[in-house]
Amino acid sequence: MKTANKTVSAERLVKDALEKAKFFADYHIFTYLNEEGALKKAREIDAKIKKGEKVGRLAGVPYVLKDNFLSPEGETTASAHILQGFNSPVTATAVKKLEDEGAIMIGRTNMDAFAHGSSTENSYFGPTSNACDKERVAGGSSGGSAVAVALDIVEFATGTDTGGSIRQPASFNGVYGFKPTFGTISRYGVVAMASSTDCIGFFTKTPEDMDLLMSIASGQDPKDLTTLPDYYNNAGEPAQVPLGHAVAPARRHGGRAASTSVVTCGDPQVNLRSARIGIIKDFDNESVDPEIRQALKKKCDELKKNGHEIVELSMPNLKYALAAYYIIVPAEIASNLSRYDGVRYGFRSENSKDLEALYANTRDEGFMPENKRRIMIGNFVLSSGFYDAYFLKAAKARTLIIEEYKKAFSKCDFILTPVSPNLAFKLGEKVNDPVSMYLEDVMSVPLNLAGIPGLTIPVGKSKEGLAIGLQLIGPRRSDKSLIEFAKELA
Amino acid sequence: MDIKCEDVNHLADLSDFSLSKKQADALKDDLQSIIKYISQLDEMDTKNVEPTYQVFEMENVWRDDEILPQQADREDLLALAKKTENHQIKVPKVL
Repeated sequence: MKTANKTVSAERLVKDALEKAKFFADYHIFTYLNEEGALKKAREIDAKIKKGEKVGRLAGVPYVLKDNFLSPEGETTASAHILQGFNSPVTATAVKKLEDEGAIMIGRTNMDAFAHGSSTENSYFGPTSNACDKERVAGGSSGGSAVAVALDIVEFATGTDTGGSIRQPASFNGVYGFKPTFGTISRYGVVAMASSTDCIGFFTKTPEDMDLLMSIASGQDPKDLTTLPDYYNNAGEPAQVPLGHAVAPARRHGGRAASTSVVTCGDPQVNLRSARIGIIKDFDNESVDPEIRQALKKKCDELKKNGHEIVELSMPNLKYALAAYYIIVPAEIASNLSRYDGVRYGFRSENSKDLEALYANTRDEGFMPENKRRIMIGNFVLSSGFYDAYFLKAAKARTLIIEEYKKAFSKCDFILTPVSPNLAFKLGEKVNDPVSMYLEDVMSVPLNLAGIPGLTIPVGKSKEGLAIGLQLIGPRRSDKSLIEFAKELA
Repeated sequence: MDIKCEDVNHLADLSDFSLSKKQADALKDDLQSIIKYISQLDEMDTKNVEPTYQVFEMENVWRDDEILPQQADREDLLALAKKTENHQIKVPKVL
């Protein structure tokens, strides 16, 4: 990461990034450019450097923020109409940690509204173009962030991943994209989509930068009680758990838990020079683009040549993960998005004769069609008469998927798969067919259901010049070794 | 199962949407195809399987019952609402 110092000023770094952002304006990457705010911060950092004061590990590094991270700079809209005009008085914990290290936000990036989508076409602001081909989608939902890094506007971007929203756009644009273990980075101040799968992560050009960002952003946050103790910076060591206690089935009871409970911080030691890499044979079929299959095969040959072992895995339950995901996640969406009613913040529909009409009109005008589909499906699977057949069934399927991963990781250290079945598709190709858009996520959602980490690694270009990425998957809390292994592969 | 117009209207009601006839018709087809897709879970044998609702490794995470310093105060929050009067949020008539 290129940080500011005595010879290269933060102001120079920020000005360069802003210039590039404007040069690529026709890709529609940004929902907001933070020119004044960014330059002001840059000058403050330069003044510190000049005085010889201590600056952070990201001093003067420009970055971009997915539009669902709350900060007072620019409106936080999650690229949705219903949040237009929302100037957050609150800063997300993840943003605060980055800025405490001196990083400077130069803009907010476009996304599918509320992160509902896999192409960034469901944005109120219109679609973002792919970095390799303007006629194609950026992927999504964190499309703007991925393209900003791919086009070298900034060295890193934030993203959120509920079912592939970091890994798939990273793959479509040829950059690294990481979805950590569930609970690694605080979600305080990030617009909620599905609380049991939402994760914060990053886009970078190198695994080294990813490692640095993870070491800054990881850790427990008193404002988000679903954060794990900082295992990332303490790999291999047991951690004292100051908040809560590890789930122990024999001891499920209420009341305050002893503060000395222990969660093992790191994962089992992996020999990164000779690792066992699992390949899921259930994913190797005609539904996957031949160039992606070719890239996977080539990577496996390379791994074997470098002393790693390839282990073939059969994971037949994974094919049900997408159906389970599109039950569980809409259910959580219906619940989380019930808060948007036009009363306290954001857009409000005018001319409603009474309060009930104000809610209904605001939600009707404020949500995108895909938001409505998901909310309605969520209310369907949760409604009496259908709960057992859909929601409960999906929750049981989730257990089987988790068990399947556990079994797989008893035979291998990491798993390598495609990120999605196809390369970046044409703008408009899938946007009117929700199920074909959902199928984009078939290889990314199982990780979110299991809460395990996945890293997209760029592996080259197709004949047409489109980016190809592969997904490196590890067991829970193996994040550090996963990124270390990616360094070996780079 | 078959999704009928009444089902769409019922779900719109549960979701607090005021849908036009055109929107409701389009959603009927979309919901039908999504429900058809997710119904493939029927094939899965989940007998004697416990459901999973969360994948966080801890439970009963407590904090002290005290007010922590907040980034926003009452006036900051009221400023976000479209209409206010006498330090309160104003909405159309309730009844």
